[in-house]
Amino acid sequence: MTNSIQEIEDNDLIFVIGSNTKENHPIVALRMIKAVRRGARLIVADPRRVPLVRFAHLWLQHRPGTDVALLNSMMHVILKEELYDKEFIVMMTEGFNEEFRTNLEEYPPEVGEKITGVPKEKIVQAARMYATAEKAGIYYTMGITQHSHGSDNVFSIANLALMTGNLGKASAGVNPLRGQNNVQGSTDMGCSPNMYPGYQRVDIPAVREKFERLWGVRLSDRIGLTASEMTFEAEAGRLKAMYIMGENPVLSDPDVGHTVKALKALDFLVVQDIFMTETAELADVVLPGACFAEKDGTFTNTERRVQRVRRAVSPPGEAREDSWIIAELSKRMGYEMTYNTIEEVFQEIGMAWPAMAGMTYSRLERGGLQWPCPTTDHPGTRYLFKGGFPRGKARFTVVKYRPPAEEPDEEYPFVLTTGRMLFQYHTGTMTRRVPPIEVVAGEPYVEIHPDDALALGIKEGQKVKVVSRRGEVVVRARVTSRPDRGVVFIPFHYREAAANVLTSSLNLDPLCKIPELKVASVRLEPIE
Amino acid sequence: MKGKDIQIKVCMGTGGLAAGGETVLRAFRESLKEKGIDATVDRNCSIHQVGCRGFCARDVLVDVIIDGEKTTYQYIKPEMVPQIVEEHIIKGMPVEEWTVKDDYRQFHEKQVKVVLADCGEIDPEEIDSYIDRGGYEALRRALTEMTPEQIVNTIEASGLRGRGGAGFPTGLKWEYARKNPSEVKYIICNADEGDPGAFMDRSIIEGNPHSVIEGMIIGAYAIGAKKGYVYIRAEYPLAVKRLGIALEQARQRGFLGDDILGSGFSFDIKIKLGAGAFVCGEETALIASIEGKRGMPRAKPPFPVEKGLWGKPTVINNVETLANVPYIIRNGALWFAQYGTDKSKGTKVFALTGKVRNTGLIEVPMGITLREIIYEIGGGIEGDRRLKAVQTGGPSGGCIPAHLIDIPVDYENLTKVGSIVGSGGMVVMDETDCMVNIAKYFLEFTQAESCGKCVPCRIGTKRLLEILTRITEGRGRPGDIELLEVLSNDIKLGSLCGLGQTAPNPVLSTIKYFRDEYEAHIHEKRCPAGVCKNLLTYTILEEFCKGCTLCAKVCPAGAIVGERKQPHRIVQEICIKCGACFETCKFSAIKKG
Amino acid sequence: MITLIIDGKYVEVPEGATVLEAAREADIYIPTLCDDPRLEPFGACRLCLVQIKGMPRPVTACTTPAREGMEVTTTNDEIERIRRTIVELLLSDHPNDCMVCEKAGDCTLQELAYFYGLRENRFWGERRQYSKKDNNPFIERDMEKCVLCGKCVRVCEEVQGVSAIDFAYRGFRTIVAPAFEKDLNCEFCGQCVSVCPTGALVGKLSLGKGRQKDIKRVDTICPYCGCGCNITLHVSRNEIIRVTSSPDTLNEGWLCVKGRFGFKFVNHPDRLKRPLIRKNGRFEEVCWDEALDYVAERLKEIKERYGPDAIAGLSSARCTNEENYLFQKFMRAAVGTNNVDHCARY
Ligand SMILES: Cc1cc2nc3c(=O)[nH]c(=O)nc-3n(C[C@H](O)[C@H](O)[C@H](O)COP(=O)(O)O)c2cc1C
Repeated sequence: MTNSIQEIEDNDLIFVIGSNTKENHPIVALRMIKAVRRGARLIVADPRRVPLVRFAHLWLQHRPGTDVALLNSMMHVILKEELYDKEFIVMMTEGFNEEFRTNLEEYPPEVGEKITGVPKEKIVQAARMYATAEKAGIYYTMGITQHSHGSDNVFSIANLALMTGNLGKASAGVNPLRGQNNVQGSTDMGCSPNMYPGYQRVDIPAVREKFERLWGVRLSDRIGLTASEMTFEAEAGRLKAMYIMGENPVLSDPDVGHTVKALKALDFLVVQDIFMTETAELADVVLPGACFAEKDGTFTNTERRVQRVRRAVSPPGEAREDSWIIAELSKRMGYEMTYNTIEEVFQEIGMAWPAMAGMTYSRLERGGLQWPCPTTDHPGTRYLFKGGFPRGKARFTVVKYRPPAEEPDEEYPFVLTTGRMLFQYHTGTMTRRVPPIEVVAGEPYVEIHPDDALALGIKEGQKVKVVSRRGEVVVRARVTSRPDRGVVFIPFHYREAAANVLTSSLNLDPLCKIPELKVASVRLEPIE
Repeated sequence: MKGKDIQIKVCMGTGGLAAGGETVLRAFRESLKEKGIDATVDRNCSIHQVGCRGFCARDVLVDVIIDGEKTTYQYIKPEMVPQIVEEHIIKGMPVEEWTVKDDYRQFHEKQVKVVLADCGEIDPEEIDSYIDRGGYEALRRALTEMTPEQIVNTIEASGLRGRGGAGFPTGLKWEYARKNPSEVKYIICNADEGDPGAFMDRSIIEGNPHSVIEGMIIGAYAIGAKKGYVYIRAEYPLAVKRLGIALEQARQRGFLGDDILGSGFSFDIKIKLGAGAFVCGEETALIASIEGKRGMPRAKPPFPVEKGLWGKPTVINNVETLANVPYIIRNGALWFAQYGTDKSKGTKVFALTGKVRNTGLIEVPMGITLREIIYEIGGGIEGDRRLKAVQTGGPSGGCIPAHLIDIPVDYENLTKVGSIVGSGGMVVMDETDCMVNIAKYFLEFTQAESCGKCVPCRIGTKRLLEILTRITEGRGRPGDIELLEVLSNDIKLGSLCGLGQTAPNPVLSTIKYFRDEYEAHIHEKRCPAGVCKNLLTYTILEEFCKGCTLCAKVCPAGAIVGERKQPHRIVQEICIKCGACFETCKFSAIKKG
Repeated sequence: MITLIIDGKYVEVPEGATVLEAAREADIYIPTLCDDPRLEPFGACRLCLVQIKGMPRPVTACTTPAREGMEVTTTNDEIERIRRTIVELLLSDHPNDCMVCEKAGDCTLQELAYFYGLRENRFWGERRQYSKKDNNPFIERDMEKCVLCGKCVRVCEEVQGVSAIDFAYRGFRTIVAPAFEKDLNCEFCGQCVSVCPTGALVGKLSLGKGRQKDIKRVDTICPYCGCGCNITLHVSRNEIIRVTSSPDTLNEGWLCVKGRFGFKFVNHPDRLKRPLIRKNGRFEEVCWDEALDYVAERLKEIKERYGPDAIAGLSSARCTNEENYLFQKFMRAAVGTNNVDHCARY
């Protein structure tokens, strides 16, 4: 997030796109509701009637995968009605040129309506509401990124914010909401094939040398494999071993069949986890780790706030903290890691990345600190890009609408979109072991519009086979007007009907390699 | 009869309807038709339904007016109608036997009618009948000749105070609202009327809905409101219906809607039906209810004039308050202020009930004494028994003992003696009324009607009721009176809204004036008025008993024993105190007490 | 800023502050049951009655806006008498079972009873009786203990935007209930549990697991979504029995169903307790040394044979920063490859 959670309540306008905030970021949603109670306007763009729609002044129900068209169309209106922030554009940005503008010409609201299914009046209204608000914030999650053109979506969002000067100030900005407790931290810490901790590129020699000095060892200059590439490489037999810590790619990655095949093809698989996950079941060695309540350390939340995690109970049996396991392995691999306390690791992070150099455990004691926090007297940073962008001027990107990689056809007439629901979390390793949660949300389901259900002769609660080009699952139907006609939704938490059996691992975003989890074509067959 | 102007007015308020007003009206129509007088065609003979004229006990009341000469009939049933038509209308000879008598005149003599002046005269479903009597003239004047400020000043000068209970100066309330710079403001007419036994507001709306509407429009103009609500309980279907008709007619005539009478001022009124909770009459609860929330009061300040409906400045006035407004504007502040006392101007409508001979709706000038009301208007106590007390103000009010009935009835004086004017309930009690039981009756009501929000009211009134109950059942304990007093005071001071703050009044005022009665219940296990069943003992006076055995035969519990022609005896352990023996004994040989 | 005088003390507060907020600013204690600074003032419990000069009767500090020059008295004989009566009235309609109540030791009503030394009660009488319990799996609702402060109703509407519960009935019979008195069926965020001042609403998972004494409280961060909610784990006998959150955190004390009630997995019997090595197609429990040596050996072998880039690591968005840092350092420095990623994309 470029802004802070707390700032949400001072927004004049909140534009939520591709985020089921009330279910998946419940506490962020509470701030949004608070803002609405205080008079902020709320626009929700989502193919489904997500719970936040109840609080919205305007709901844009666009077809899955048509975000770019929707956003471009809004920008078309803003351009035509001259609602953009001329001063901001001149002072702070580049690329607001002929090409950019001509591109927008192609997306008048009529075209927008045709592609997205959102009535053009609503597109115009949304554009005006967003552009005329003093402090407008955009919030999005996987509904934007998990597409074959996820980067395009993100660029479009950035364009919209830049055009209206809604960046680099309090309570306005572009705010991706992080789906997992420490996804921000994992990225910050350099768990990426092309970046060391702190977004420092592995292919820049000076950077590599810095880390070689810090770690006292020669490092590779080759950019590594992304998670999805790992699966392909494994399947192809080029990748021989994997060490998976606290992840369950079998359920969370697209095309379960493909993932299982890939992992099985490995010579050696080590899985470190707290439960025997679907992935661990395929392993050669399973190492019992400790859960969040059993260790000390830090998490970094979606607003870049580094906060202290504290040990409350001891791990069961001989399960050990993951840091201990890694260090022990490293030693046995011939690379000694010696830390007396976990805080020493934290101090080393500060040495590796200046943005966290000013943090110490004692400073994090109450409430944590938001990076960048370069010095020990720095208060942390509530919102980014105050007074300028790191690369000088922010750039507009010309983005064209491209349809999703897989579009419905006669054989697979429905658009499947996947996601989470309030009660379950991710692949369910944790939440599905909480008995009351299983009582209220223990069974997978497919949401289908009443009209479609009627046409297919599907009744509420009836079992339905959902089939895609990759595979099929059997789930109960939940007949509801939450999705639009032609769209069905399945939460991906359930191993017994893993939604990702249906999704495709082939349609990756060219830039970020994110697979298209949000759109797949399926057909539905009622059973009995 | 040719050339004569004949008007027949049949009372069709809720009281009149209940007594069969509708069938009487129909009987007149049919009878006239039979006799060849087409009431609807012959413009010289018209039949009207009119609202309540107060004396509901005599319904159905019918006025027959021939060339301005009015004869009033009482207790009219449909079968009596042909005779009236035949003798009075056709032959010009009133049916004396059925006309009202002196007591009817006496009932009206001391009354001064302002808000009720047109009730019983006009047809409430016919706007012209109101306009013919000067209706909407005040509105015309207000909109075309007066500034909002002048209107507020006039109302202030008239001394009009809220008739909904609290007696807050209406002009002042309007002035606060007028001065508030908010763009959006509201005016609400409070027609919830939840006091048990009260029907003043209902009668006004049923009898003259336009006066309330006109008052509201003037008020809206004065404070700058564009939207108004009448919050009326759904249990008043007739009032709701007539109000709806009146609103529609007012709209058609351009008194409501856009650009009223070409003044540029726009205003409209919506009806909101209440579910009949007493507490919804409290203004903040009423606002919550209109907003679609549970009718629960909230703490003041901020008052509704600052933050009312949807958080906007809102004036809430009672029906009677608003109905006074057109008459004040039409006749002037001084005219209104001629009635009443120093601080309480004008008239007040009361629902006079209880042990008086003449019960009904009355309108009296402020400052009249209770004695005048009871003995002149009310015609004295039924059965010439002794007056014991007068309860005013309903469940929020208190009991005024007989020795204080010469005080003038106004806001200050009634408050001084521990009661209130309230919305206008007035119950007359005689020696057969038990004051502990009266207090208990009112507490049963408030306890059940408490919204449950604040602790003193929710639990406190329940405990008051429990203590009163045990006293009336003979389980009272020493110290209970003091406990009632202490708890009552804490409830009054501690409660959130007017309901709780006034709920203990019936307890405190009865303790204040009738402490000995409480003591008799507690210490002597005796109910002096002979009301509290558990405390009664029926005994047979040997010297009078003739041994007729009648009492033994009617006793449902078989508690009376004795030989024929010998004095009988009641076995107290078996007696269930039903009083059957007492009622049947021909020799007054059974003593109750 | 406006200045008012509370109990003779000058207090400066911003425009719009209530008398109660002003008193707290000056560290003057006023008892309350229905107040929560995060919710709209309600004025129901009446405990915060204060006397303000010029006002005819005591008013509730929580609902009264502070005004310039206001003179407030927060305690005197009359006010204390009323407060005492209020607490006594509440207790007269409250089950006397602090002995077995989940909330004992953390109960505002108990605290008040203690404070006012209430052992006898002048007002004993009928008590509300509710036999019906709610069958939802998360929240135990014991309406006999409800003091009708309305916090649960307000938090559900104002904060959570759900309005799953409301007041029903009138007078002494008033109760807080879901629509039509059905079983609770909501988002189960437990916000209501967190604001309940008595034992009327408690988490079912915590029942009988331990009361306030002897509980270790550990502040940490919620392990679910990316909001980073601050939570406090209540630990008894090495078991998490309850999760709370303090109001002065970035999440203002609010949590969702997962954060508040989703902690049972921690000591679930399915937890992995010993390292496992697949031998002849079946997992066998081994000791750490064996497991670690074996892993290191195999990795070294593969590295030697195929080069470091034949090995890849997937790190976890659920692990700490320190662990993630060490993991990528391990892959880069010990294995020698940049083949490291995590699930940011899923
Ligand atoms: C429990 C309670 C019930 C009330 N019921 C009524 C009512 O039925 N009608 C009414 O006009 N005022 C009622 N009031 C008074 C109103 O709150 C308010 O004072 C009144 O409507 C203001 O109008 P007025 O100034 O014209 O009297 C009630 C007050 C309380 C505390």
